[in-house]
Amino acid sequence: MDKYSVLEQEFRRKNPLPEFAPGDVIDVSVNIKEGEKERVQVFSGTVIARRGTGLGASFTVRRIVQGEGVERTFPVHSPKIANVEVKTRSNVRRAKLYYLRDLQGKATRLKERMDNREAKS
Amino acid sequence: MADMILGRKGRMTQLFTDDGRCIPVTIVEAGPCTVTQVKTAEKDGYRAVQLAFDPAKEKSLSKPVLGHFKRAGVDPHRVLRELRFEDGSTLPEVGAKVLCSIFEKNHFVDVIGWMKGRGTAGVMKRHGFQGRPGSHGHMCQRRPGSIGMHSYPARVWKGKRMAGHYGTTRVTIQNLEVVRVDAEKNILMIRGAIPGPTGGLVMVRASKKRKPTPAKKG
Repeated sequence: MDKYSVLEQEFRRKNPLPEFAPGDVIDVSVNIKEGEKERVQVFSGTVIARRGTGLGASFTVRRIVQGEGVERTFPVHSPKIANVEVKTRSNVRRAKLYYLRDLQGKATRLKERMDNREAKS
Repeated sequence: MADMILGRKGRMTQLFTDDGRCIPVTIVEAGPCTVTQVKTAEKDGYRAVQLAFDPAKEKSLSKPVLGHFKRAGVDPHRVLRELRFEDGSTLPEVGAKVLCSIFEKNHFVDVIGWMKGRGTAGVMKRHGFQGRPGSHGHMCQRRPGSIGMHSYPARVWKGKRMAGHYGTTRVTIQNLEVVRVDAEKNILMIRGAIPGPTGGLVMVRASKKRKPTPAKKG
C-alpha cells in the first residue's frame, strides 16, 4: 500500500471474490459478449497460481479438456469476472503448482483438506 | 493559457474499462504550478512564462532564488521551468495558477523527462542491435560485429553507433493519451510508460502533433 493505492480504489472489485488459494478447485464465472448478447461462461478447474497485489493481481486455473491441459489466467479485478465459487480445497505444500503440468491422471490428485465441509456449506 | 504543467512521476498501474479491457497507465502528480515570471518580446526578446512547482521550505533554497520568489510575490518552490509562448498568444499574469485541469480525458500529451541512467551499455541495449544467437557454435553474442569496410575508408565513420554511456538524457514521449484527470487531487493518469524514475520531474504538455479526437467508441 502506498499513497497511490487510494486512486486505484475505485477500480477494485465491487463484489470481492471469496478467499481461495492454490490447490482449490473453483468455478470461475466469466461474462462473455457474443455480438449483442451477453452471457456467463463457467471455467472450472484447479487454481495453480496466484500472483501480484493490487489491481494487477491475477490467478491461473488449470483443467483437462478432452485429454488436453488448458490453463486460463484471470485478472482478479477484471469486471469480466462475475464470480468465483470454491468447490473443494486441498492441502498443498507450495504456492505455485506448476508441477501438475508434468503429471497425468491419478497423479494430479491433491489431498483434500479436512475442513472442506465448511467450505462447501 | 499555458498548455504545459510540471509534475512528479508516480508508479504505473492498470485500470479496467467497463467492457473489461485493461489499460496500463502511469500516475503523474501534476501541479499545481504558479507563474513566477512573464517574459515579453519588448523586455526579454521572446515571450515565455516561468512556472514554479513543488513548494519548498525557505531554508532549502539559496538567497538569490528566494529573492526571485519574493519579487514575484510567490511562495518558494523547488522547481522552476520556462514555457515558450507564441507571438499573439495571451500571456498569463504573475501569480496565476496552472492546474492539471488544463487537460481533459482523451486529450493527447507529450511527456518530457530525464530517463534513468544505464551506465556504460553495449550496442544491443543502447542502439537495439540484433546481436547473434546464443548457441549453435556462435562465439560472440552481444558484440556489434564489423564497424567498417577496407583500405577505403581505412577508418571508422564519424557517428558510428557503438557501446558507451546510455541514459540520463532528456527524453520526450509523444502522443500519449490522457486517461483520467483528477483536478481535486492534482493527478493525471497517462496511458503507457513515461521516462524517468518514480518521483522524477516530468513536464506534461499538450501534444504538438496529435489533437484530441472526438470521443472514441467503447
